[in-house]
Amino acid sequence: MSQDIGYVRTEMALPQPAPLRERGPLAWMRKNLFANPFDSVLSIVGFFIVAMIVPPLFNWAIVNAQWTGTDRTFCATVAQGGIQPDGWSGACWAFVKAKFGQFMFGRYPLDERWRVILVAIMFVALLVPLLVPRIPRKGLNSVLFFLVLPVVSYFLLIGGVFGLPHVETPLWGGLLVTLTLSFVGIVVSLPFGILLALGRRSKMPVVKMLCVIFIETVRGVPLITVLFMASVMLPLFLPAGVSFDKFLRALIGVSLFASAYMAEVVRGGLQAIPKGQYEGADSLGLSYWQKMGLIVLPQALKLVIPGIVNTFIGMFKDTSLVYIISMFDLLGVVRQNFSDAAWASPQTPASGLVFAALVFWIFCFGMSRYSIFMERRLDTGHKR
Amino acid sequence: MAIENAVSADEIKVDRAKMHISDTDVAIDIVGMHKWYGEFNVLKDINLRVMRGERIVICGPSGSGKSTMIRCINRLEEHQKGKIIVDGKELTNDLKKIDEVRREVGMVFQHFNLFPHLTILENCTLAPIWVRKTPKKQAEEQAMHFLRRVKIPEQANKYPGQLSGGQQQRVAIARSLCMNPRIMLFDEPTSALDPEMIKEVLETMVGLAEEGMTMLCVTHEMGFARKVANRVIFMDQGQIVEENTPGEFFDNPRHERTKLFLSQILH
Ligand SMILES: Nc1ncnc2c1ncn2[C@@H]1O[C@H](COP(=O)(O)OP(=O)(O)OP(=O)(O)O)[C@@H](O)[C@H]1O
Ligand SMILES: [Mg+2]
Repeated sequence: MSQDIGYVRTEMALPQPAPLRERGPLAWMRKNLFANPFDSVLSIVGFFIVAMIVPPLFNWAIVNAQWTGTDRTFCATVAQGGIQPDGWSGACWAFVKAKFGQFMFGRYPLDERWRVILVAIMFVALLVPLLVPRIPRKGLNSVLFFLVLPVVSYFLLIGGVFGLPHVETPLWGGLLVTLTLSFVGIVVSLPFGILLALGRRSKMPVVKMLCVIFIETVRGVPLITVLFMASVMLPLFLPAGVSFDKFLRALIGVSLFASAYMAEVVRGGLQAIPKGQYEGADSLGLSYWQKMGLIVLPQALKLVIPGIVNTFIGMFKDTSLVYIISMFDLLGVVRQNFSDAAWASPQTPASGLVFAALVFWIFCFGMSRYSIFMERRLDTGHKR
Repeated sequence: MAIENAVSADEIKVDRAKMHISDTDVAIDIVGMHKWYGEFNVLKDINLRVMRGERIVICGPSGSGKSTMIRCINRLEEHQKGKIIVDGKELTNDLKKIDEVRREVGMVFQHFNLFPHLTILENCTLAPIWVRKTPKKQAEEQAMHFLRRVKIPEQANKYPGQLSGGQQQRVAIARSLCMNPRIMLFDEPTSALDPEMIKEVLETMVGLAEEGMTMLCVTHEMGFARKVANRVIFMDQGQIVEENTPGEFFDNPRHERTKLFLSQILH
């Protein structure tokens, strides 16, 4: 008995809609929240935590908040000598509003603040086209942003030329200081860190040793110490009569510190590049700098974007430590204002800190999202 | 180029006075070359002279030093004793000479070593633009010319990661050719490829051989060796053990080790 095992399909199957239990919000919940007992427990615990935190926070920050006012009485209860009913608890946004100028500019003279605002406008106007890949002329844009803008900003902010009154750096403060420190830190630390990382992998023993010593020394001490040394110790080593600006010293301290960290991040990327890439470049006759600049670094930096941005974010927040050398960044100015008798109330510190946290968060979150965007964009089909 | 050659050829004429070969016909001259990795003597007393237009196939068991030898020729590895003269230039620590040699010597690797962050076209134009200072437009035309020659012009704007292994290796060959090298080195160009892709890469190499390119090729593709090689060199334990025309080498091997090796790869 012979059986025909040949089979030929006569009709092609058409795609059918997924079964109902695979679609809709219920299916989504089952898949994402209650896939198994452990997930279910986590989801329920998560719900509880959110339910416990969000409503009171919402009440404090929005519903009960005091939005307007001219002094502390608006944010204090009757018992505390204010106008609010006893037992009231709400954010004192009136305080933030009244001090907003200080939070942004520190003690920068009122009449000269337009200069800071002008710098800020130029900064944004040059930064945005630099960040959006579709906008052309990146070369010119970079030159303006990284070379021209710092010089122009320097003269605008410091003054003393072109009839602009001189504004000495101890008057600077608030977000101005935070952003200046981190911008300079970022712009200096990336190229410097790259050079240090290359130096550390160099075949020249002296270069290598110098880089290792620098990196390990700086990484071995806390930023506070670096700042403190830059501010207190450095003048001791300088010849008498030579002194340079405290803010400049802080800038140098922060930049050196960030460079050392950046160097290690970049080194991690360099190590991940296979030897074949170096050999491919060598075999074509590319010079050392061409090989590094065109082949190795573009790939290595792309790999470590998360680490680079991590360092940027860390540095952005670390700038607050300049309070140790009595400079006042955003957080410093906010804290300084707690002691203002006109505004002292139980709600003032919390409101100020929440505001500072929000500003820091906006900047850090922005950097983080942008780095994710860039990572995706630069992914050139490596993966197969 | 011609002037440069004449000068450097003069310098080495002394050694060769006895031999009746015109110096300008010598592409590569390796004399008494040794190399060590630490204490390990990888290459021992290598003597090899390759004439212009010659096609040499190098084979031998794994670990015999084939890759190391071929990589010494463009100084990806450094030799410690003896002389290597490529295109009239002796390889020493002189970085300028090394770069000059590398410009004239193309290399194709087992694992392609394409640059994954650049498109195929950019891979091919990078070195001409930066090393030879060719204008971009001209470099691109030339790259397209070589990509057509290796039969993948339509892939020019893709990234290496989007190509098959065989296509990647042909791009690697085109990338080397874009520098207009006088000598091409191949280190097992087909051994990372599937059988059907081996064919397309070998065809490209045969085409190159027919045009008279000086080629040194480490490979175990015996069909290719028979077809294009002028000489086959057999290496074992860091030494050149036997050297002959492909016909003699395969049909009438003389050294014991060669016989053993051939019996193993030809089953
Ligand atoms: N960087 C290195 N350091 C130390 N030893 C090495 C190094 N590279 C290669 N060797 C050794 O040198 C010898 C020759 O290696 P080589 O890669 O030249 O062999 P090969 O003939 O190309 O082998 P295969 O056919 O497997 O590619 C081997 O014994 C290897 O272990
Ligand atoms: Mg090998």
